[in-house]
Amino acid sequence: MCASSAPRPVREVYAALWRTLPGPALVKVVLLLALAAGVVWVCFEWVFPWISGFLALNENAVG
Amino acid sequence: MSRSPRVRQRRGAVNIVVGAFGELLITAGVLTGLFVVWQLWWTDVVALREQEQVLQALDWTPPAPVVVEAPPEPRRDPPPVDPEPAFGVVFAQMYVPRFGADWVAPIANGVDRRQILDVLGVGHYPGTAMPGDLGNVSLAGHRTTFGRPFHLIADLQPGDPIVIRTERTWYVYRMTSNAIVYPRQVEVVAPVPGLRAGDPLPELTQRFLTMTACHPMYSARQRFVVHAEFDYWLPVSEGIPQDLVDAGVRVVGAEAGA
Repeated sequence: MCASSAPRPVREVYAALWRTLPGPALVKVVLLLALAAGVVWVCFEWVFPWISGFLALNENAVG
Repeated sequence: MSRSPRVRQRRGAVNIVVGAFGELLITAGVLTGLFVVWQLWWTDVVALREQEQVLQALDWTPPAPVVVEAPPEPRRDPPPVDPEPAFGVVFAQMYVPRFGADWVAPIANGVDRRQILDVLGVGHYPGTAMPGDLGNVSLAGHRTTFGRPFHLIADLQPGDPIVIRTERTWYVYRMTSNAIVYPRQVEVVAPVPGLRAGDPLPELTQRFLTMTACHPMYSARQRFVVHAEFDYWLPVSEGIPQDLVDAGVRVVGAEAGA
């Protein structure tokens, strides 16, 4: 626990994210989980299908 | 602290850079892991759900119920042939008993990965023969990921039935041979397999079927190819091919076997 009242300079993104989230620790954890789920959803739905088009890991047609 | 403030400050700057870089690496690692999960698992979930819906949406007349005492006569005269549909149209169902009694895949026209193979399952090379036609019915499918319709392609044995159902007709082909080729070897899907570009096209007398999938698994280096030849056909209104009945294959729309 940081006892000093002055805000620490932003060093680590995730630490900053934790401090930015409102509420007690439990609320922060719930919010973080929701954020993570959102990131996974965006990746699964749009980012990964887009990337996979460039990878050609599983081409199966001749031509 | 005995160190000068300047040294401490520089240390702080280094810490910030190293810390941020570390966080980037961790993030990249987590995202890469997520990508693997998506590719190996989630694409199967999505594609199989989609293909299930596509098969249901066909809404074709179910084949006539199986009558054990009077199985339909296999027909070996020239079968009826549907015209080639537009790109992306699902025009057939595919059954391969070797792939499992519950295995069924829709066949759409086109072999574009994003629009056909990644979502609809099996793709028909445009311009190749339609089922039952003289020439070479050529089909592509994923061997891994995206529902992996041709996952067990290497298990096919000579003589194994490969069955295609269009709205009105069953076509039964039998596996003859397999091969591992390079992606540029398009002669495997030629009207007569092996016929090279520039060779004069002979008069077509045989009905072939060719399946292509990736090889080795999880690689795009080569292609696994299976050739088959036409055996017999059957109107859907007369029943279900004996090859499917004997193997206990679950036919979409058909009543559960007695």
